[in-house]
Amino acid sequence: MATLSLRNLQKSYGRTAVIHGVSIDVADGEFIVIVGPSGCGKSTLLRMVAGLEAITAGDLFIGADRVNDREPMDRNIAMVFQNYALYPHMSVAENMGYALRIAGKPKAEIAARVAEAARMLQLEPYLARKPRELSGGQRQRVAMGRAIVRDPSVFLFDEPLSNLDAKLRVQMRLEIKGLQRKLGVTALYVTHDQVEAMTLADRMIVMNAGVAEQIGTPLEVYERPATVFAAQFIGSPAMNMLDGTGEGRQVRLANGVAVPVAVEAQGPVKLGLRPEHLTRDETGPLTMQLRMAEPLGANTLVHGTMEGVPGDVVASLPGVHREDDLPSVIRFSIPPEATHVFDAATERRI
Amino acid sequence: MDKRVTFKGLWLPLLLVAPQAVVTAVFFFYPAGQAIWQSLFIPDPFGLSMQFVGLGNFEYLLGNSYYRASFVTTAIFSVSVTLLSMGIALYLAVLADRLIKGSGTYRTLLIWPYAVAPAVAGVLWMFMFNTRIGVVSWYLGQLGYDWNHVLNGGEAMGLVVVASAWGRISYNFLFFLAGLQAIPKSVIEAAAIDGARFWTRFRTIVWPLLSPTTFFLLVVNVVYAFFETFGVIHTITAGGPQQSTTILVYKVYADGFVGQDLGSSAAQSVILLLVVGLLTVIQFKYIERKVHY
Repeated sequence: MATLSLRNLQKSYGRTAVIHGVSIDVADGEFIVIVGPSGCGKSTLLRMVAGLEAITAGDLFIGADRVNDREPMDRNIAMVFQNYALYPHMSVAENMGYALRIAGKPKAEIAARVAEAARMLQLEPYLARKPRELSGGQRQRVAMGRAIVRDPSVFLFDEPLSNLDAKLRVQMRLEIKGLQRKLGVTALYVTHDQVEAMTLADRMIVMNAGVAEQIGTPLEVYERPATVFAAQFIGSPAMNMLDGTGEGRQVRLANGVAVPVAVEAQGPVKLGLRPEHLTRDETGPLTMQLRMAEPLGANTLVHGTMEGVPGDVVASLPGVHREDDLPSVIRFSIPPEATHVFDAATERRI
Repeated sequence: MDKRVTFKGLWLPLLLVAPQAVVTAVFFFYPAGQAIWQSLFIPDPFGLSMQFVGLGNFEYLLGNSYYRASFVTTAIFSVSVTLLSMGIALYLAVLADRLIKGSGTYRTLLIWPYAVAPAVAGVLWMFMFNTRIGVVSWYLGQLGYDWNHVLNGGEAMGLVVVASAWGRISYNFLFFLAGLQAIPKSVIEAAAIDGARFWTRFRTIVWPLLSPTTFFLLVVNVVYAFFETFGVIHTITAGGPQQSTTILVYKVYADGFVGQDLGSSAAQSVILLLVVGLLTVIQFKYIERKVHY
């Protein structure tokens, strides 16, 4: 168990830079989720921490040691791969004990530690089986068991749940979180799924195009997104982003409607409105031409456009609303403190 | 997952199997039957009459010290050729597998020797090691080593082994490389994180996962060493000196077509057939058990 520290970590292939300097100090036992769309460099960043990709510039510390130039095996980390990467010719027990076996640990100790991990993961009935005789969720558990048995300082997860079906994913997500808490081990977890990120993370790194757009707790990122990208990536359905002009404590949209905001804004801005914060209000400033309603049970997603404003707008209304029961034009209001204003040029929060 | 087609009638399946069956019958069962039949006779030198001798040809062969020596020669030769060609091919494949840039070129260059016919390869090596005009033997002479595979049986054996193995490396390399590339990269990475250095990884992960390929190559290479190396031996040493490179298949040719002893030659073919059949059965029965599929 150890702290983990990334200091301006960079990666380039030849002249193409893919990671533009990521820094974060991870506390002992903290669960950090790296979230971003595919190709944003999140897996590369994880592999740099693992030692599977060379670090071009910057420093990586595990505990007090700078480990940039250490082999993966000398970093005291364990990694769970997306496709599990189990050794297909070994039984579950051999898979889990592999690291200890090649480290020359006594047989009794290996057996004890494998049994302990198997008990924790409910894998005891399967110890003699080969990976191909297991289901996806069981393979996932074996991969975690292999990591646990080594008692590493840092756990690395590379999209571990993306090969599982939706139901199993929720279950395994809870198991991973529970396990990490129980072991108290520092974890770095890569995913493109924002629900996984929100539920698992103590803090998350929102990555885009090799840049850490925002680092913070899930609620910080949700409530005060630092950039347009972070605002639209976290939250479902995605935040509405409208072009406008800042006029002090209000933003005037392209159709002339003024929306009160909580900050001083001047010049071209982007106004972010979360669908779930738009409330129906017959006197509200925003009007939407209804195009479609999607009742989800607990809430209803209402899709439409605002006259004179390019792009679609989504609102999430509590309860069930049938399309036929809704008026063709719906009026909304939004409290000023629920709005998000971004500089149009830098796309950063004002 | 196992998709099987079920035919209702009898004629269509028979018809579909027929081409393969006919080819096997005409080019394998018929000649093999002829060889077995002829091995029971001794023809006269002019081929005008045949005398039935039963198992006489076999009795004579098994009591013949030259024939028994040829067994030993064949064993040494085929084991050496198989180990050498597979060993070098595996080494090159492991290196090529680690290569990222230029692997295509490297692969193409390595495949070329496979296109060279065994007899041509034999001539090539014969010229290089020719005792009078050979490039390599001249350099060896400069180093103070008097190379003469025409007189020295050990050198002759070494030369035919190397020449036979050389042409085979490409073929084995291709299969080994494909086998290596079929191993998921993340499995190797997982082993690296688990603390296995290159050699440990090779021994505990790569080699077991490669074993189906290795097993297949073992069967194919042994059969190659037994039969297809004829051209190489014929062009380089013609079985000499003093029969030191006369492997079983070469002796079949030498006794039958040079020595005109067709009965003995046919008996040798039958023995060879049994030996290779036995080897293949052993390989499948005992080695396959240890192979991880």
